[in-house]
Amino acid sequence: MTQYFELACPNRPENVGLCRVAVATFAANLGFTLPEIEEIKVAVSEAVSNVVVHAYPGTEGLIALRCEESEGGIVISVRDDGIGIEDVALARQASYSTDPERMGLGFVFMESFSDEFTVESQPGKGTRIEMRKRREAPAEGA
Amino acid sequence: MLEGAGKPVQIAIRRLGRTANVRLAGEFDLKAAPQVREQLDGLIDSGSQRIVIDLRQVRFLDSSGLGVLLGRYRRISERGGSIYLLTAAEGSVRTVLEMSGVRQVMPLLASESEVPRA
Repeated sequence: MTQYFELACPNRPENVGLCRVAVATFAANLGFTLPEIEEIKVAVSEAVSNVVVHAYPGTEGLIALRCEESEGGIVISVRDDGIGIEDVALARQASYSTDPERMGLGFVFMESFSDEFTVESQPGKGTRIEMRKRREAPAEGA
Repeated sequence: MLEGAGKPVQIAIRRLGRTANVRLAGEFDLKAAPQVREQLDGLIDSGSQRIVIDLRQVRFLDSSGLGVLLGRYRRISERGGSIYLLTAAEGSVRTVLEMSGVRQVMPLLASESEVPRA
């Protein structure tokens, strides 16, 4: 069986750190380097923060996190059942944000710190983000 | 990696006239953002014109923390003030700061000695 874990929690700010640390621990066990883990932490933090801030305006809802080992790397998905994103292409643009206190860099960091990044969203049905990251190849002779 | 995970951000403030030195430690993310925002807004509202924010003990920074920094930069610059950021030369916090482009408006400095004199 492929190694994986799933975590479900309410979209509260304190759970951003919980999700981040859970994924970091999983990635460390898969042999990711510390710089790679730092990048993974930022990407996960952005994905989960988006759920907390945007997915369930005025109410609480689910953050569903899943991490899975893939050949040579990790697949991380963050899903919610919230309001969804009307225009995913627009939301992925740098500096786009519906919140003036945020910089619109969330998707930029998720994309930059992943090798593959996809967003699936339907208004009224929620959003699912998937990030894939490969482990750095070990140095020859290591 | 897990050391201190989930601990609230720690904020230490020292004021010298219209200069404020703010030292942050811990994880500067969505959970920490309101607390840091409130403290920095308090300094700006009470007349601080130069805020030196020491991020060298911050182990984690994402766009939520960046948003607080940029928002305070906007507020203090409207009053003719400035913000300087002290950061380590490398690491994920530095990477996030560099990628965000905040250094175009807030200098990234290595130590207090690099902060321009008032």
